[in-house]
Amino acid sequence: MVDTILPLVLSGAVVKRRGKTLIGPINTEISRAGFTIVMGPNGSGKTTLLRLMHGLERLSKGAAVWQGTQLEAPMRQAYVFQNPIMLRRSVKENLTYPLRLRGVSKPAAATIANDWATRICLSKALEQDAMNLSGGEKQKLALARALIQKPDVLFLDEPCANLDGRATREIEELLLETSRAGTRIVMATHDMGQARRLATEVMFMLRGRLHEFAKAEVFFELPTTPQARAFLNGDIIE
Amino acid sequence: MSPKAGQRARVRLVLAMSDIFEGLKAAFWLLVSMDRDLVEITLRSLQVSLSALVIASAIGLPFGTWLAIRRFRHRRTTIAVMNALMGLPPVVVGLIVYMLFSRTGPFGVFGLLFTPAAMIIAQVIIITPLIASIAHQSMRELWADYHDLLISLNTGPWQRIRTLLWDGRRALLTASLAGFGRAIGEVGAIMIVGGNIDHATRVLTTAIALETGKGDFALALGLGFVLIGLAIVVNLAIHRLSRTEREGRW
Repeated sequence: MVDTILPLVLSGAVVKRRGKTLIGPINTEISRAGFTIVMGPNGSGKTTLLRLMHGLERLSKGAAVWQGTQLEAPMRQAYVFQNPIMLRRSVKENLTYPLRLRGVSKPAAATIANDWATRICLSKALEQDAMNLSGGEKQKLALARALIQKPDVLFLDEPCANLDGRATREIEELLLETSRAGTRIVMATHDMGQARRLATEVMFMLRGRLHEFAKAEVFFELPTTPQARAFLNGDIIE
Repeated sequence: MSPKAGQRARVRLVLAMSDIFEGLKAAFWLLVSMDRDLVEITLRSLQVSLSALVIASAIGLPFGTWLAIRRFRHRRTTIAVMNALMGLPPVVVGLIVYMLFSRTGPFGVFGLLFTPAAMIIAQVIIITPLIASIAHQSMRELWADYHDLLISLNTGPWQRIRTLLWDGRRALLTASLAGFGRAIGEVGAIMIVGGNIDHATRVLTTAIALETGKGDFALALGLGFVLIGLAIVVNLAIHRLSRTEREGRW
């Protein structure tokens, strides 16, 4: 077993659906450390890129290679969806589910779930049905359910879309804490302020291509392409 | 309508109402007196239908769920055939089971014909496609919700099926209850393979058919009301046991 499944190397990666190219070809590498923000206008391929890296989209061409055995890679990464998918179970059962899948005993899983519920301020709602939580609570629960697996890499697809300021702040704090603890984070967002607060590097997607990939301070101060400049200026680009 | 025809219709209505009333009265007395024959055939009805339900659910629920999550070459055809089999004519099923289990049939050596076991087999064949089909419909929707999450969590096929079966258990209960409804009210197949033998294979539905044939409509109707009551009681009991109406649940 390798100490980390990173780096992830994408070479000539293309995703097509019904003959139409959604993204690619993309050549890039997700290094071992950092907080990568994937930005770009709607339909630029941010979600498809994240799904491809996580293995939810099938490659039409090219390769996506993790370090170590490719069987190990899916076990050591997690994904948080834009609309949190809740299991029709209690908060506690949502938290213990990934642990039980990995063979953690019931009492041990319950203890870990209790700790996480306290961290995300849902300890009082442990026995409540997850479907009855608010949008922000659901997203926090989805994030905790992803982090409880102690992934090497965490993918997040606009986790704070439709959330208010308080919920966004709580999630950002959790993400920064996670990043500091050594989990590699790759997150898509539309929120420029959030990108500036969190990113150590930025991927800028446009029309299914990786237009720019740079350190955050470089991207925000000196974007190299006119499209990225226009995007940062708030102009409408397609 | 002429006044004479109207009068005739009213007379028929009164007679029918009187028959129904007599039926209710017969059902009441059968229940109050705890008629031994009634208890015996009611218990046999329950034994046959519940056994068939358990076996059909054990086959149909996982199969319907598997069909919802698995993509394979002839999947659409399989689903179409399964849906078509929901309308299997019980008499035909009875006939086929009869031929299979008759002395000259391939399974004749088991000596199951005219026993409750043959009736259970016939009912399993009738209700399994119904249960599988309803289960498939509900599991397809749940799978659409869970698909990305369960793939993301790197679950295997059996873990997916188990998760869907557990989380969709209330919808699956409906599938099973639909199967029970069809089984408990079924008469054609079990009449053929069971033979309606007194103290051996007689159940409520075959007893109703017999009493109707003898012209004892009140008793037939009484047994019918007992049958309806039994179906309601079993449904309520299953709902209560599975706590489907618990607050905040689906």
